[in-house]
Amino acid sequence: MVMQQLSAIFKRDMLLAFRQRSELLQPILFFVLVIALFPLGVGPGPELLQKMGAGVIWIATLLSALLGLERLFRDDFADGSLEQQMLSDCPLSLYALIKMFSHWLVSIVPVLVVSPLLAVFLNLTVDMYWALVLTLLIGSPLLSLIGGIGVALTVGLRKGGVLLSLLLLPLFVPLLIFATAAVDAAALQLPNTGQLALLAALLLLALGLAPLATAYALKVSQS
Amino acid sequence: MALLVAHELTCIKSDRELFSALSFAVDAGQVLHLHGPNGAGKTSLLRILVGLSQPYGGQVLFNGQPINQHSEYNSQMIYLGHKAGLSPHLSALENLHYWQQQQAIPATVDLMNLLEKLGLVGLEEVPVGHLSAGQQRRVALARLWLKPAKLWILDEPFTALDTSAIELVQTQIEQHVKAAGSVLLTSHQALSLSIEVHNLRLDYQW
Amino acid sequence: MWKWLHPYAKTEKVYGLCQTLLPWFALPALLCLTTGLIWGLAFAPADYQQGDAARIMYIHVPSAILSMSTYAAMAIAALVGMVWQIRTADMAVAAIAPVGAIMTFIALFTGAVWGKPMWGTWWVWDARLTSELILLFMYLGVMALYHAFDDKQQGAKAAGVLALVGVINLPIIHYSVEWWNTLHQGASLMKLGKPSIEADMLWPLLLSLLGFVLTIATLVMLTLQNEIIRRELHRPWVQKLAQGKS
Repeated sequence: MVMQQLSAIFKRDMLLAFRQRSELLQPILFFVLVIALFPLGVGPGPELLQKMGAGVIWIATLLSALLGLERLFRDDFADGSLEQQMLSDCPLSLYALIKMFSHWLVSIVPVLVVSPLLAVFLNLTVDMYWALVLTLLIGSPLLSLIGGIGVALTVGLRKGGVLLSLLLLPLFVPLLIFATAAVDAAALQLPNTGQLALLAALLLLALGLAPLATAYALKVSQS
Repeated sequence: MALLVAHELTCIKSDRELFSALSFAVDAGQVLHLHGPNGAGKTSLLRILVGLSQPYGGQVLFNGQPINQHSEYNSQMIYLGHKAGLSPHLSALENLHYWQQQQAIPATVDLMNLLEKLGLVGLEEVPVGHLSAGQQRRVALARLWLKPAKLWILDEPFTALDTSAIELVQTQIEQHVKAAGSVLLTSHQALSLSIEVHNLRLDYQW
Repeated sequence: MWKWLHPYAKTEKVYGLCQTLLPWFALPALLCLTTGLIWGLAFAPADYQQGDAARIMYIHVPSAILSMSTYAAMAIAALVGMVWQIRTADMAVAAIAPVGAIMTFIALFTGAVWGKPMWGTWWVWDARLTSELILLFMYLGVMALYHAFDDKQQGAKAAGVLALVGVINLPIIHYSVEWWNTLHQGASLMKLGKPSIEADMLWPLLLSLLGFVLTIATLVMLTLQNEIIRRELHRPWVQKLAQGKS
């Protein structure tokens, strides 16, 4: 029963994403644009760009994720679907988890798709590129999970956009540190399994706690 | 025995006390019409009764059990709020089908027939956002035909509806009540029902 | 077991409790803070390496230690509010946040002032300064979220959720930043075994630490009282209170 409800939520999310596909493209374009601005700002020296590459890409990922995050619960809250959801038997935390997963799929996975382009832009070595892909794979779901809590807290506010960034960016600090460290280690041909394992541990922690916190936050926002 | 009991409910919103120690009951086969000026807390009361908000004090009982401990409350109740609960990017058909799945209702009703009855012929596949306010309301009210629930809690169900649609909904309410169902609704319009309507008045408190 | 908590869900009770406790905190706070600071700043021996500049530690160390513990206290209040649905605990979250933010700011400011003679620059991206900076942003986030809501009760609950999420994240942030950069001198007060700090310097430090604790408690109680009064302005008991005093 719950599985059917969850798959219905997922299918609806995919359909909605498809109907609003132009809106989905915007954060990705923003992401590529921010990265293209860096060489213009700091100079095109290949060595400098390579040194900064991991940090630049991850910061751009954070910023573009923040742009897309609002979509996570905004529409369901505004049109009343969330109310009806809360009055069904499906646990709200599972609903939140499905929403976060579909958000990750449609807003953050495209970043992975355009990442080879960035490797060229920022002169990343092959080792660095694969490390980057791994950190994005393991680390980026954290953006949706932790971000979901922030969105759930601010969804009822008229102007939540800037506030959302203020709430979330400090929480993303460990992610940024471990992810860039993993890429930097790869650049020096050092093993980076430690950093990746830490990212994975953070992911598991968030996977367990974030849906519950989000469900509670949604109830607070709805009351 | 009363189906729904509100016991000493107190609600504080934005640090203003909307109502305090409010008690009443809705019996099976009863229509309760909630009156009151704007801002008196009618919507807040309904949201507490369905369990979306928590009261500051008091509790709500369904069949004698607190609603947050009652496992079947959600499946025995339909709530229609100010927000229609329809995604503007999906069609009426998609929205209602999703709602059926979300509420775990067996799909026994033919949605096309139902939408025809509600005067939405030819609009089944149009995104709900493109429909007029009254048509959207009709789609939302289609739920009253879809889910077999004992208790209906309706917040301003007649807004934006034309007379024929109001009549249709009122007939459905009458049928529901005759089958021992209960309805709790707010409306600024007078009801023209052939059955007895109980009234409850909520006044604005400073 | 937790029944004793329930009376304190009532705002009048908490207001009264703060009123009775206030003098017991405010006066010792003043006493400890003045003696501790005068002792430390004027009479304690100067550091043999850093000279008189190190005297700023009598302000910097207590505020830095307590900025973190105040966050923990805020999270505990949030947890109490969430688990037992106690309204006054949610109010306490809103009252603790600005006090904690001020402590964090003091720690950052004195850290920068201390850094100038030590490192020759106002700011270095040192591990502990960085985590203090992030802590400040987290306090500001809690405050901003609370003030963004029109319904302060809802806002206080939301701020509480954020505080709890933050308290889980805080150690992770702390250790990630530490791991990212370990440049700061080791924590001398916390070292187990033989303390590397002289008794002549330790006593004034502990005294001013105690003074800071009491000051924070006093400030939180005052803010909480303000919060209660502001939120319950129209309640009969507040009006009675106002008439009784005027």
